[in-house]
Amino acid sequence: MNFPILSTLIFLPLLSSFFIFLSKDRNNNSSSIYISLFSSIATFLLSLFLWYSLDSNTADFQFVEEKSWINNFIKFKLGVDGISILFIVLTAFITPICIISCINSIKDRVKEFLIAILVLETFMIGVFCSLDLVIFYLFFEGGLIPMFLIIGVWGGSRRVYSAFKFFLFTLLGSVLMLVAIIVIYWLTGTTDITQIYEITIPKEHQNLLWLAFLSSFAVKMPMWPVHTWLPDAHVEAPTAGSVILAAILLKMAGYGFLRFSIPMFPYASEFFTPLIYSLSIIAIIYTSLVALMQDDMKKLIAYSSVAHMGYVTLGIFTFTKQGIEGSIYQMISHGLISAALFLCVGVVYDRLHSRLISTYGGLVNYLPKYAFLFLIFALAALGLPGTTGFLGEFLILTGTFQKSYLAAMLATLGVVLGAAYMLWLTKRVIFGVTQNSKIETLTDVNKLEILMLGVLAFFVIFFGFYPMPLFETFSFSVNSLIDNYQLALNTR
Amino acid sequence: MINNLSILLPEIFLSLSIFTILMLGVFIKKSFNIVFNLTSLILILTIAIILNNPNNEEKIFLDSFIRDSFSNYFKFLILISSLFILNVSKNFIIENNLNKFEYPIIILLSILGMFFMVSANDLILFYLGLELQSLSLYILASIDRDNLRSSESGIKYFVLSALSSGLLLYGCSLLYGFTGSTNFDLIANQLSESNIGAVFAMVFILVGLAFKVSAVPFHMWTPDVYEGAPTSITNYFAVVPKVAGLALLIKFMLIPFSNILLEWQTILIFISISSMILGAVAAIVQKNIKRLLAYSSIGHIGYALAGVATGEISGYESAIIYISIYVIMNIGAFSCLYLLKKDGVYKESITDLSGISKKSPLLALSFLIILFSMAGIPPLGGFFAKFYIFIAVLEKEMYFLAIIGLLTTVISAFYYLKIIKTIYFDDSIITLEKVKNKTAQVSIFLSCSILLTFFLYPSILNNVVNSLFSS
Repeated sequence: MNFPILSTLIFLPLLSSFFIFLSKDRNNNSSSIYISLFSSIATFLLSLFLWYSLDSNTADFQFVEEKSWINNFIKFKLGVDGISILFIVLTAFITPICIISCINSIKDRVKEFLIAILVLETFMIGVFCSLDLVIFYLFFEGGLIPMFLIIGVWGGSRRVYSAFKFFLFTLLGSVLMLVAIIVIYWLTGTTDITQIYEITIPKEHQNLLWLAFLSSFAVKMPMWPVHTWLPDAHVEAPTAGSVILAAILLKMAGYGFLRFSIPMFPYASEFFTPLIYSLSIIAIIYTSLVALMQDDMKKLIAYSSVAHMGYVTLGIFTFTKQGIEGSIYQMISHGLISAALFLCVGVVYDRLHSRLISTYGGLVNYLPKYAFLFLIFALAALGLPGTTGFLGEFLILTGTFQKSYLAAMLATLGVVLGAAYMLWLTKRVIFGVTQNSKIETLTDVNKLEILMLGVLAFFVIFFGFYPMPLFETFSFSVNSLIDNYQLALNTR
Repeated sequence: MINNLSILLPEIFLSLSIFTILMLGVFIKKSFNIVFNLTSLILILTIAIILNNPNNEEKIFLDSFIRDSFSNYFKFLILISSLFILNVSKNFIIENNLNKFEYPIIILLSILGMFFMVSANDLILFYLGLELQSLSLYILASIDRDNLRSSESGIKYFVLSALSSGLLLYGCSLLYGFTGSTNFDLIANQLSESNIGAVFAMVFILVGLAFKVSAVPFHMWTPDVYEGAPTSITNYFAVVPKVAGLALLIKFMLIPFSNILLEWQTILIFISISSMILGAVAAIVQKNIKRLLAYSSIGHIGYALAGVATGEISGYESAIIYISIYVIMNIGAFSCLYLLKKDGVYKESITDLSGISKKSPLLALSFLIILFSMAGIPPLGGFFAKFYIFIAVLEKEMYFLAIIGLLTTVISAFYYLKIIKTIYFDDSIITLEKVKNKTAQVSIFLSCSILLTFFLYPSILNNVVNSLFSS
């Protein structure tokens, strides 16, 4: 196919943000909202078309675009395979929801906010499309700028602290990855991933390079102990910012492990598996316990994200089909569920301007529709069978049991804790006695909110019962990932 | 020899024009405007001559003057940045009563000095050019002679710079003593690692040059002079002499000291690391934008020197790319300062930037782009500058230098973020005047669009810079 569909996908949001920049509406910002909605939905449809026309019976990269970029030694190379396509669709799906959510919650500088979201979408899609390390780094880091502004300009009271912490943590992690990328370039003579896959990077270099990549991915993931920026960023970010952060930005690291760490450094990946297991288990148990103690809803969900991401890293480093497929599935599922939960918090925050759990209680009496939707997502988050939350954790644990009983048993403990904090949160917010008289005056979810949450709820349940479309898409790519990994280890 | 004079055409044209407009300035009353416009014209004409200059290597005057693509590129960079800086600051000059006709003429004289610096192939010509440049800069620093701070900065710069020139001259004489020649090519043949005296001379010369590009530990003058001098002069100081100084550093490594690179590298690595660290750490506590830009320029020079310290052609190329992008960013940043005016006074404090994103969103956006670019965040132009440096540094497996460079990138990101925070997150406390300064707006627009679109075709600068060393 000659039409550069991936470039279009990447640069469509950027282009439309430029139009928004030029548009002049002073009073109600309706044209900016329409432009951004239109372009983000167009991007989503384009990504669906891409998913539809992707051949899932091969693990090769498809729709590859290649242009010489820097002096012919670094190419602007894009392409998708069964793993990355799902993240692209997820990104393109979440963005319009964010834009809809900001109609209610963002009151000032709407135009700038929409520009930031669309620029961010460009960078996020770019991350999942790039087949060159430098391009990947470019998009990976570029996303910091709009996210920094989203947290800092539209955030809560401690927004400056959170925005700085987010930016500096991520930057510090990523610059080490830049060193590793350049070192790889000098070792292999290329930054093209498909070519690096063919070349075995010398064993003595693998460990250090792997650690350099880890430093970036661990911060982004986030893994314990560098997860502390996440609760701060989530709490202070506006709803749409939290949604994007939880649903997509966190997935970049998991994707990075699958795309870079494992195929490029198989020895190091095997060598450091115990480290990843330990960090993941600590993340699952420790952050679940921390989540239990939170009195801020957003913080609780943020800590639960860290725990869920712990499952993802655990699953990826089992190197089994179940584990890796479970991890990818878990990332998609967490993308939907955490986005929905943050939107739920946003719905009541817009009304009462409080994130504290103690403010609420007994919402079910006055906001029945809201309570129903919240319950769906809370149950999905704790892994109720029939929702997407269950299958991911189940597969990851199945995979882990093949490798390490201890790790699997400890991780299973996290499932119990997850149920504990989610159910307790639901009990305190949705049920119970209404303490706060203001709650009686609240209006139930409006049409836009039902639309956003309903669509998410539909997919959470749909893919919970019928996950085949997802698994069919990435199954070949995962198989070849594991095969190549085993091959590399056997030929040592 | 008279046929070869065409090699010297830009210098001859420049000198003759300087004399002409000097006469004009003396004999016509209120001649600032006419001299200023003629200066711009002269700069444009000289650019045209440079662009028409053949790029093959030619030497003249007993091989003491060299014209090649290397010197042509630097001359072009010097001219184009001077042209922008001069025109952007015209309003500022007039409003602050700096509109003496000597102002543009002295700038032209310093450019002439820099021309001889970058074209020098001989210690004597090099020193003459350097002194012509320095003397002009002393006057420029104190051009606002009724202002205490400006005079102070001029004196300070003069005293320290004279000292460094003395050291440099001492180094030159030592070098002559130990090699018996002042010609760069002959020196290169004479030098070897065992020649301790020459290594001594090299250290003195390096000190002199490090002072001119304000690298640590010879940076003391920079913040004070930057703050004290009028903004238009600071702008000039921050950009043009650095370009020339870096050209000379590269040139010294390329020709006369090519045989004792190892000693030279050790010192450069030290200077580079300390500049990066000081530039990053000391800028954090600054409250004045010009002072902050002074420290940030020290840091930037540190990165450029890291490229030079590799001692490889690829490293020099990356340093030249770095300084070119640095020029673009700095012209943009200073042009923004000409738009910060309240009650007829140009504001220089960071707190004055509070919340300007609400009142003047375009200016805020320009600041945002330029500052993120200076911090080296992709996909802006500044990232590529750093990227090339790190590629060159890591090729030589200088991991320590690379790690320090990256850590200071993170630290310096902090103070750039602090300014962005002031602009975007804080509430506005002052309302800026609407400033009519078309040239400043044009130059901000140009620099921002170059930085924004650089990632589309990043090899454009590479191709040019590669050709400098291909001969």
